[in-house]
Amino acid sequence: MSEGALQIVAFCCHYCAYAAADLAGVLRLHYPAEAKIVEIPCTGRLDMLEVLHAFEGGADGVMVAGCLEGDCHFRTGNLNARRRVERTQAVLASIGLEAGRIQMFNMSSAMGKRFAEAAQSMTEEIRALGPSPLRSAVDGRAEILSEQGVAENAQGPAT
Amino acid sequence: MIVAEQKPLEEIEGLIAEARKVLVVGCGTCVTVCFAGGEKESGILASCLRMASKIDGAAKDVTHITIQRQCEWEYIDAIAEQIGEAQVVLSLGCGVGVQALAERYPQAWVVPGLNTAFMGLPTEQGVWEERCAACGSCILGLTGGICPIARCAKQLLNGPCGGSQDGECEIGRGTPCAWQLIYDRLKAQDRLHLLLEIQPAKNWSSSRDGGPRKITREDLRLAAETSE
Repeated sequence: MSEGALQIVAFCCHYCAYAAADLAGVLRLHYPAEAKIVEIPCTGRLDMLEVLHAFEGGADGVMVAGCLEGDCHFRTGNLNARRRVERTQAVLASIGLEAGRIQMFNMSSAMGKRFAEAAQSMTEEIRALGPSPLRSAVDGRAEILSEQGVAENAQGPAT
Repeated sequence: MIVAEQKPLEEIEGLIAEARKVLVVGCGTCVTVCFAGGEKESGILASCLRMASKIDGAAKDVTHITIQRQCEWEYIDAIAEQIGEAQVVLSLGCGVGVQALAERYPQAWVVPGLNTAFMGLPTEQGVWEERCAACGSCILGLTGGICPIARCAKQLLNGPCGGSQDGECEIGRGTPCAWQLIYDRLKAQDRLHLLLEIQPAKNWSSSRDGGPRKITREDLRLAAETSE
């Protein structure tokens, strides 16, 4: 996997950032293709285990995008998420990954431009950090699977 | 419940350094509800150890499993196969759980992933406070349900001492003076007369001073089967 193909998983709240990403598309705003969006019902649903699995699976960065502070549909989900992101940053640092590989962003559903900017800034920061050191191991596994004729993300038999 | 917290990752890495195949064993009881060693925490720690070892260039095979209680043979026996395959068993149970695994599987190398802290309760989500010191001779009936053994830094039976200032213990850290709490509660319940009785020196033989403790209930023990 080349450095140009960074993988950034964006956990986006259903009520704001996911809609903001949609709006960015409607507005024809460009944002990096490296950001792969995962819709979650609220950033308060963010689970450190899923974030770690993203990194273990080869993600170079994780962005968590929730509502503006004070505007959470569930009142405090985004505030809880911010603390979890900070804890996850400490965990990443303890295992030898840069803490900045996970970051929290806040936006409303009307802020399509803000989403595009957040995705852009996250991608630039991760590009500056370089690919995750875990990627080589993951890529190695992919090569083995490829040699065995197993597609890692097989979608079922081709028709 | 028993309250524990995870050891620093660096210390855990040292404990499992020599092993390539590691089994993290979580416990579904006390350490689950204090977010130290349940299913979620076992998964997170296993993931962290896999990633840390990969980054260090010596990838370990770290798997995890959680049983309902690490302090009962019935649950421990169910993971014999997984224990047998591991070079190191990293227990996320309390100190009882670690010892139970080591006792049941004497051939296994069992190491602790947690520091067992105390018996207490969550006073709010994310905050745990000590409430019981398991002294083996409960006096809560005299003190309005507030334990001076667990909550007074000096374990006084006839407090407070001169270190009590404005309801706070001199050790600081926002620790309330247990004897101030006791006085306030007894006063509110019009039971201050309970404090007029001087408590004699405590007999600590029922606590740690008497050595390891053991309770036997003959009525609960299973009778040995007789063969005809």
